[in-house]
Amino acid sequence: MAKKETSEPKSMVLIASKGTLDWAYPPFILASTAVALGWNVTVFFTFYGLVLLRKDLDLKVSPLGNPAMPMKMPFGPKFFKNINWPMPNLLMGNAPGFEDMATSMMKKTFKTKGVASILELREICVESGVRMIGCQMTMDVFGFEKTDFIEGVEIGGAASALESAGNSDVSMFI
Amino acid sequence: MSDAKPDLELDCRGMNCPLPILKTKKAIDTLKTGQILKMIATDPGSINDMNAWTNSTGNALVESEQSGKEFVFYIRKK
Repeated sequence: MAKKETSEPKSMVLIASKGTLDWAYPPFILASTAVALGWNVTVFFTFYGLVLLRKDLDLKVSPLGNPAMPMKMPFGPKFFKNINWPMPNLLMGNAPGFEDMATSMMKKTFKTKGVASILELREICVESGVRMIGCQMTMDVFGFEKTDFIEGVEIGGAASALESAGNSDVSMFI
Repeated sequence: MSDAKPDLELDCRGMNCPLPILKTKKAIDTLKTGQILKMIATDPGSINDMNAWTNSTGNALVESEQSGKEFVFYIRKK
């Protein structure tokens, strides 16, 4: 693989647009890993991704409209954990309390598999200087104030996201 | 076993991606140039990930070995 032989570190810009527990992982995993590689990282949070910046993080996973989501138990013997329970998507999404149950099961599974929590990953991102930008327009639309967010979050718009993306080596929309 | 004497040992057993990399980065930051970090992981993805991380950061992967389900890495700080 050809290696870029410059003293300039690589840079990455992510657009985080989703706010469920499952989709919170990709931006925070990539951002924390990229800073560990010595890259400069900017994450632009827009639409439902804005909730990832909230001080009181309360993310859920929704089985509704998520037909490929495996329904597995986080406990029990291996064969039991490997069963993919054949529950119809529509039923899961409509059953009262199902979302909370699916959320706690997913959190439990992540924990037993040694995966960091979103809060942990977000803290690492903050500590290691990942630049986080909240999208001004979607903040207005969904009624978020800058004070709802963790310390250090900047506010910007499409132009600032594109300016950073235009100068970066890697950019992704998540 | 390796001849390299580690200055610091890091246990990442049971941790999944990207924690071994993040912990390794934190640990290497505490070392001085030339010192050796020994990291033990159980995540099979850590073989490729440690290679990628050392390639990107310039720290040297002096040695890596597998014993059973454990992967052991010796990294020399740049």
